[in-house]
Parts: sequence; structure tokens; C-alpha cells
Amino acid sequence: MVLEFSKKSVLRSFILVLAAFLLISIIVSPAAAADGGFIDKIYDTLIEDDRYQYLLTGLQNTLIITFFSLILGLVLGSLIAVVRTVHDMKGKLKLLNLIARGYLTVIRGTPVLIQLLIIYFVIFASVDVALVPVAIVAFGLNSAAYIAEIIRAGINSVPKGQFEAGSSLGLPFAITMITIIIPQAIKNILPALCNEGIVLLKETSISGYIGLVDLTKGGDIIRSQTFEAFIPYILVALIYLTVVVILTYFVKKLEVKLNAS
Amino acid sequence: MPANGKVLIEVKGLRKAFGDNEVLKGIDTTVCEGEVIAIVGPSGCGKSTFLRSLNLLEVPTGGQILFEGVDITDKSVNINKMREKIGMVFQQFNLFPNMTVKENIMLAPVRLKIMSKEEASKKADELLKRIGLLDKADARPQQLSGGQQQRIAIIRSLAMNPDVMLFDEPTSALDPEMVGEVLSLMKDLAESGMTMMIVTHEMGFAREVADRVFFINDGVIQEENTPQEFFANPKNPRLKEFLSKVL
Repeated sequence: MVLEFSKKSVLRSFILVLAAFLLISIIVSPAAAADGGFIDKIYDTLIEDDRYQYLLTGLQNTLIITFFSLILGLVLGSLIAVVRTVHDMKGKLKLLNLIARGYLTVIRGTPVLIQLLIIYFVIFASVDVALVPVAIVAFGLNSAAYIAEIIRAGINSVPKGQFEAGSSLGLPFAITMITIIIPQAIKNILPALCNEGIVLLKETSISGYIGLVDLTKGGDIIRSQTFEAFIPYILVALIYLTVVVILTYFVKKLEVKLNAS
Repeated sequence: MPANGKVLIEVKGLRKAFGDNEVLKGIDTTVCEGEVIAIVGPSGCGKSTFLRSLNLLEVPTGGQILFEGVDITDKSVNINKMREKIGMVFQQFNLFPNMTVKENIMLAPVRLKIMSKEEASKKADELLKRIGLLDKADARPQQLSGGQQQRIAIIRSLAMNPDVMLFDEPTSALDPEMVGEVLSLMKDLAESGMTMMIVTHEMGFAREVADRVFFINDGVIQEENTPQEFFANPKNPRLKEFLSKVL
């Protein structure tokens, strides 16, 4: 699952997928020609009635939801990881640790779709609230649980001697964590965090269940208007893929930079 | 024990158990300023646990440790403040790989506001010069040999101007040809009057440098003596057996 393939191989496979898409299009187009031809279908899907707007709005919402829920997940996840780590290392914060563990169990033990539905139709039921913020809260709360465990694992992956060396110099717990442990942990967890971001991006595709027009829902709406499934869905898939490939490229660059330092 | 010595560390009935396994079963001793103590014993005897208790990396389950008259096992004592005065050197060096050599040395004095950045930088340069590694100031620890790393770990502790230095098997992780450079730095340190407690397997070093040698076995100090007596006339039968194996 972790994206450990190199930049080049990601690019190569991306080009391969594009080529495959073109090939399938050419094979499928004669069959489609009976009722108007491939070019016409693309015209129907994208141009007529400005349908491309569904995909644009959808992509915009998908990116907004992913970005802000990742921020929320990082903030909340870090807090949970701190509580869990302080408890494990110093035996303090017993009650908070219990709450955190309960939270992780519930969030990781139930499907994110159910969480989204509960947050929209139960928790925000009586409040008039925009859909995008609801989705951000739902996905943010969900990814916080996974990010918390990633961060905790990262902290645990730093050798114990590093912590002891900091302590033996008289550095308080917090300073040891911030200056010695966390910078080393970040390097270790960056691939996993990147992976979480990518999982999150794809998970937001269920936002349509609360009536939100994300990228997937945008493609779905076009399909329902044109009765043509192939082009909108493949396009949606390609857009997701493109975003993921671009994100992966930048994270790889960051990783190389971190490894050099 | 030097007769004129001021008592620096006093250990009374120190106990430490990990679950049901009692590793330290009542250690009593006194260490004076300027003394160099070597601690030897078979593996698993509790000598490292004893040393690590002295700065509370291991929290004792019983007894007292008075450091400069303050009982550091008392929960109300700010242990971080005490640790500023107790340097420690580890078997695995434990330099911080996310910092340069110089940043390693400057971190604690600057963060704890003991020195300004300029003072700490000057001090780091001085210490690096002393061990002949000034040219490695901007290197990463990973780029250095084990012997160089350990010597930097030692001066990183020295930068805090500690009153005592604890060494936990400082040469055990080193390639044989690097042991000498670390021991010679430690010898310099001893000659400069630093109080030192050294858990070690280097019997030659213990004999040459230590003022007293402790033999820890089964969680207690079974024999302590001057190195001459310790090695020439061991009294405890377990010590005799131990020395016959290691010498």
C-alpha cells in the first residue's frame, strides 16, 4: 500500500494508463459510433450544457474536503498521539488516554460512510449547515484516528536511547520530544502520512451520499443526464489518478530533501 | 576514599525491581568529589541498572540517592535540574542524528538557558578542539567513526559543566582499534579532577585510572577496594572466580 515506487516508475505507469485509456477508447468508439460517434459522446459529456462544470466543481470540493480534513486530522491526530505517548512513557493522563483509546476503537471499528451519515443526518440533523464543512468534520475526525496511530508508531520507532540521551542532559520531556524525537519520527512516518492523504482523497468519493457534489458525484450526475457511463467515470478515475500522481511526486521530493538533511 | 573529599553522592539501601525480578537488592555507598569509580561485575548483575538509577533513568523502587545533599528519589525534586549536573555517556553513543555535531553539543546549554548561543558555540569549539575534531563541527554524527561519536558524546555532556559523569560501558560498542582514543579522553578527564563512575569491562583501565573498584553481583556491591587490592587480593569468592575469567 505504501507508495514506495520511484518517481520514474510512477510517471511511467501513469503514461501507461493514459495509453490504455486511449486504446480502449479507440476500441469502444466503433461500437459507440452507431449512436453518434465517440467525439459526439465527449461533446455530450463535457461541452453540452457546460457539463464539465460538474467535474470542475466536484474536483474543487474533493480537494477542499481532502485538504481541510487532512489538516483537522493532523491537528487532532497529533493531540491524540501526544496523549497516548505521554501516558505510555510517563504514566500520566490516564483519563484522557482512556478517552483517546475509546475514540480510536470506535472510529477504526466502523465504516467511514456510516460515520459520515451519522454526522450529517444525526448530529447535524437539526442544524442548517453547508455540506462541505460537514464532510470536512466527518473525514477529519476519521483520519485523525489513523494519523494518531501513524504518529505514535513514528515516535516509537525512534530508539529509546535518543530519549534517554535528551533526558540525561536535563532536557524536559516536551523539549526532548520537540527537538530530538519528533524530527526523527517525521522522517519515518512521512510515507505513511502521504499514503493516508491519498487514502483520504479517495475516501471522499462517498461524499455523494449526503448530496454533496464531489468529483465522483459530478461524474455520476453527468452519467444520469447523458445515459453514457464510460466517458464520465473513466474521466473521473483519470482525474483522481492525476492528483495522486502529482501529490506523490511532491512528497517524494520532500522525502529526498528530508533524507539529505 | 580520599580523606579530604566532600561527599557528592550518597546511596542508601537502593533497590530496583522490574516486576517480580529484583535487580538491585540494597546498595549502599558514598562517592566523593574527584573520585573515579570503576564498576565491574558479570553481565546481568545490575551494574548498569545501578548507574542508570543515579540520574533516575531507572526509577528506584526503594532506598535513597542523595546528590549534593538532595534526595533525588523524592518526587518533589525537579529531576531535570539535577540531571544538568549529572552527565551520562551511553554504550550506543546516542548522538542526535537530526543535528550536526556542534548542534548536538549546543542543544542542552542553549535550550536550558544556561548559556547564550554565542557562549555555547564558543564552548563547543573549545571542546571540539580539545578532542581534535573541530573540523567535524558541521558533520552529521552518522558520518563519523564510533570512536569519534563516543568522544563527541562525552564532550556533549561536558558542555553542561556537570559535577559527575556516569559512563555506561562506553567502549563496549566500539571496534577494538577505537577503544584507545575513548579511554585516553576519559583518562584526561579523570586527571582533570572530574568525578566519574564507570561501568566497564576494561579491567586494565579500571586498574590504572580508578580510585576505587566496585564488584556488583546479585544486586549488591559484594566488594569495593582500591584497584591494587581489588585485583591483587580479592576476598569475595565470586569476585575471585570473576577475575579468573576476565583477566
